[in-house]
Amino acid sequence: MSTRSPVPLVGGRRHAGGWGWLPALAIIGLAVAGWQLYATRSGVSPQILPSPARVLHAGWLDRDALWTNTLATLKETLFGFVLATVVGIVLSAVVDASSILRNALMPLLIGSQTLPLVAIAPLVIIWFGFGLTPKILLVALLSFFPITVALLEGYQATDPDVERLLISMGASRWRVFRSARLPTAMPFFFAGLRIAITYSVVVAIFAEYAGATAGLGIYIEEETHVFRTDLVFAAVLVTTLVTIGLFAATYLLERIMIPWYRISRQTTRR
Amino acid sequence: MISRPPLASERADREAPKLRLEGVRHAYRELEVLDGVSLQLATGELVTILGPSGCGKSTIFSILTGATAPTSGRVLIDNAPLGPGTERFAVMPQSDALLPWRRVLDNVTLGLEIQGVSRREARERVQPLLATFGLEQFARAYPFQLSGGMRQRAALLRTVVQDRSVLLLDEPFGALDALTRTDMQAWLESVWDTFRWSVLLITHDIREAVFLSDRIYVLSPRPGRVVAEVAVALPRPRRIEHLSSPEFVRTEAELRQILHDARGDAREP
Repeated sequence: MSTRSPVPLVGGRRHAGGWGWLPALAIIGLAVAGWQLYATRSGVSPQILPSPARVLHAGWLDRDALWTNTLATLKETLFGFVLATVVGIVLSAVVDASSILRNALMPLLIGSQTLPLVAIAPLVIIWFGFGLTPKILLVALLSFFPITVALLEGYQATDPDVERLLISMGASRWRVFRSARLPTAMPFFFAGLRIAITYSVVVAIFAEYAGATAGLGIYIEEETHVFRTDLVFAAVLVTTLVTIGLFAATYLLERIMIPWYRISRQTTRR
Repeated sequence: MISRPPLASERADREAPKLRLEGVRHAYRELEVLDGVSLQLATGELVTILGPSGCGKSTIFSILTGATAPTSGRVLIDNAPLGPGTERFAVMPQSDALLPWRRVLDNVTLGLEIQGVSRREARERVQPLLATFGLEQFARAYPFQLSGGMRQRAALLRTVVQDRSVLLLDEPFGALDALTRTDMQAWLESVWDTFRWSVLLITHDIREAVFLSDRIYVLSPRPGRVVAEVAVALPRPRRIEHLSSPEFVRTEAELRQILHDARGDAREP
């Protein structure tokens, strides 16, 4: 009989070494240094290509405006995301439950992803005004799809033995979905969430571009019109940082919501 | 002469069996899977269906759990026909089917929760059994942190706490390595000896069948039918030493011969 001691539930090495980010940092550092040298030595006008130092300085001086507009964009992105997640879960559950609905809805879902944002964004603004609603809708429209597809894939990954077992225990279809299919799909859901989050901020900015009262999109548009290229770059930098931040947040959320997943991956890696 | 437990035909008139299959047939379209299987299981008895792969063992389970309807024949439990929606069996599948996102304790209570028992009450009912099953230290662990044998013990505990009339064990140790399997068989024998559940075991492992069973029904290759009923005359509690006793070896040889002959029969047109 095995007498293994209880396995620790947390801990263990996560990355080999912990210096995995060093090459990425080196590449970025090199690129920024090259850019700085070119912008200051080649005599190019700072209105055409400002140096990184100038971008940082200008951004810092205008930090209040940048901060306010970033908050506006972040709000649109997060609300859009929540809506996309709710729609994704409901839609995927409906499609998973019925093959008729799957056949009826899938072409529509795929079709929704072919709508050109350039055409649809101004329309949505015309319909819903310059406020928060149209941006939330556009972010949700673009991000519900990877979430829905990921969840559908996840449901399919359910162990048939587990389903048979639950049915033998007297579980209803809804119970099987809740106790087996949905939890099985959760790691897939987070993968879908990460795909969606990488372009959701950009979608929010584009929606603002089509008409808004606040947000990084409107900020970029205004600064472009007055040739403040340094501030445009500063806004782009903020956009990137916000996206990376949101991307990292999905891992945090994953760790909180499905703690077993990370532990299982560590256990099997040993 | 070693005394052996009575065959089903010898005891049928004395007490009503817990479970009785009468001429159960099943066919998927043209393909005949079960060719009239009749067997019975008394209360507190451990009976095995022994057969080669593809003899329709799994079909019998799926008929018992209500997932498949037999083409003809009857299933009686406590002398009443098995109707739809009557969950009288608790199943232990070959893959332990433990949910990786539930800790061991919550996996074990799953069946009770589905029956509508509150999580708290379910835990209270399971708690005293954790020690018997050697799981008290692992109640808070995730299944993937356990060894294969430990996982099967959790799966068996999940099965027995459902408090159903009959336990169906479907090749419960098939996925384990040979040494662990022997350990687990000895362990199962000892807990079964304590609790005396009514168990229907399905296996293709002759030694497992002899070691654990009161009686063994041997199934032929497809279409499956009962070719022999063998009572095992080993005393209980059984221990690993019994594996080399003359009676064990004799029964094992007898079963091997029956299985061999049944395969020969099936090859003939």
